[in-house]
Amino acid sequence: MMLIFTLFFLLPLLFVTIVSAWDYNEYEMIPAFSMRGYTDTFEGCIAGLPDLCTILKTYLKTLKLCLLTWSLTLLIGFTVSYFLAFHVRSKTWQIVLTLLCTIPFWTSNVIRMIAWIPLLGRNGLVNKGLEGMGLIQQPVEWLLFSEFSVVLALVHLFTFFMVVPIFNSMIRIDRRLIEAAYDAGATGWQTLVNIIIPLAKPGIVIGSIFVITIVMGDFVTVGVMGGEQIASAGKIIETRLSALQFPAAAANAVILLGITILIISALTRIVDIRKEL
Amino acid sequence: MGEKRSRSFYVLAAFFAAYVLFLYGPMIAIYILSFQGPDGGLTFPMNGVSLVWFGKVFSGSGIVDIGAAFKRSLELGLVVMVLTVVLSVSAGMAFRKSFRGATFLFYVAIASLIMPSIITSLGIALEFRLLDDFIIKSGAENWTTAMGLFTSGLGAHLTWTLPFGLLIMFAIFNRFDGRLEEAARDLGATPWQTFRHVVLPIILPSVVGIGLFGFTLSWDELARSSQAIGSVNTLPLELQGLTTTVTKPDIYALGTLTSGVSFLVIFAALVVILVLQARQRRHGSDAGKGMV
Repeated sequence: MMLIFTLFFLLPLLFVTIVSAWDYNEYEMIPAFSMRGYTDTFEGCIAGLPDLCTILKTYLKTLKLCLLTWSLTLLIGFTVSYFLAFHVRSKTWQIVLTLLCTIPFWTSNVIRMIAWIPLLGRNGLVNKGLEGMGLIQQPVEWLLFSEFSVVLALVHLFTFFMVVPIFNSMIRIDRRLIEAAYDAGATGWQTLVNIIIPLAKPGIVIGSIFVITIVMGDFVTVGVMGGEQIASAGKIIETRLSALQFPAAAANAVILLGITILIISALTRIVDIRKEL
Repeated sequence: MGEKRSRSFYVLAAFFAAYVLFLYGPMIAIYILSFQGPDGGLTFPMNGVSLVWFGKVFSGSGIVDIGAAFKRSLELGLVVMVLTVVLSVSAGMAFRKSFRGATFLFYVAIASLIMPSIITSLGIALEFRLLDDFIIKSGAENWTTAMGLFTSGLGAHLTWTLPFGLLIMFAIFNRFDGRLEEAARDLGATPWQTFRHVVLPIILPSVVGIGLFGFTLSWDELARSSQAIGSVNTLPLELQGLTTTVTKPDIYALGTLTSGVSFLVIFAALVVILVLQARQRRHGSDAGKGMV
């Protein structure tokens, strides 16, 4: 197991870091030290001030998508797990309903993305429905291949990663605590804020780590649902790669990695992952 | 928790139902649309019902060689599944006793799980490129590449499935009663016998679960494969390529087929798990409750 992780995870990471500091030309990489991968990435950033350069704009946009997706998945994920953990009484039903949420996770992401096309397209169900109701005259264009559809698809795909850890935390909350709070006169809302949320925090943090890292590095969803028009951090790497500019791609990967590690280390300050299994 | 269902129950139940609809609705839409008539387009309404588009997928007209990609994905998925199960179970057993580097391995596994896929993928691609350069330099004239489905591709998939397997094993063994093994040992069982006749039967349902994760995650894996798979494509990669070019419902038909395989595997695994659990209950053991 260690061998596999070394071969296919640690070594590759090492190579990414090394290659990011290599020189390159149009068609191959040159093993000589150079910061060109980095300087090219930030090309025009200083000259173009005070306007933000493309790369910073892209990262800001990625962060925005990330933040939107995170808050939506958290909201939905928390509510769904709360329902599953506290309102579904029989164990069998809990398992059945959890499975119901899990099965889509076992099917293809691409297909789940494509699935939005007939609904959101210019002649899709949503537009047809709204037209039928007389709410709009022309089809709404921003439904598909826009930031809206990207966030929608991301939420659709990755809420699962929120539900599982939060549910896992909630199921282990001692029911007597809630009864005690109830007996002590707490309202449902007070119980939620003062007891359930603090106790479910580890699950919330783990779920957040999943969602944030996935969205930060995502390029497939952004590509397919954005109609290959929207840039994101992962997308830059992919574009660089298809141009065979490996060092530049690697430099971007290192930057992305840095940002991701920052976010994760901030989050892990709050909980110890290993204890929560 | 009162005896009567509160109003919040119904609100939350409605929310949950909406969520499930949100999860399944779009998928069901494309399953229906894949049976579109020959004149039908990419969206509703349906223009008749037919199997034309499925035929198109199988005959391969208009679409790149889907059959081959299908087979490749299936093979890779099966290999990944077997390796994931074997490695996760052995690693899970190993983690029960502390060993040197255990914490390190654990953190590496977690890191591998949450690392943005594109970075892993890029790294593996680079690793193999450099390896190729090295081999060519050292004199192998006709060497093309070490990159391929069962080298770099397999590795890329394992970095994704193994952490899942490992986490499931942790969850199992956290609930596992170690006294059962002690009892077996006291009765004179060898370590292998203990594993084969005591531990394995108890954890078997969850092991099937690991296999299910291993296969489905590999079957649908896209981001990690993208740079690391070499010259041939797996099914999800072909599908992604098609999203930008295809304007006919055959892509839905393909989607339906792919999901069909997923559902078949999920269903089979669930049935196996249920059967195994029923058998455990029949044999009067309560140890199998440690389902994930």
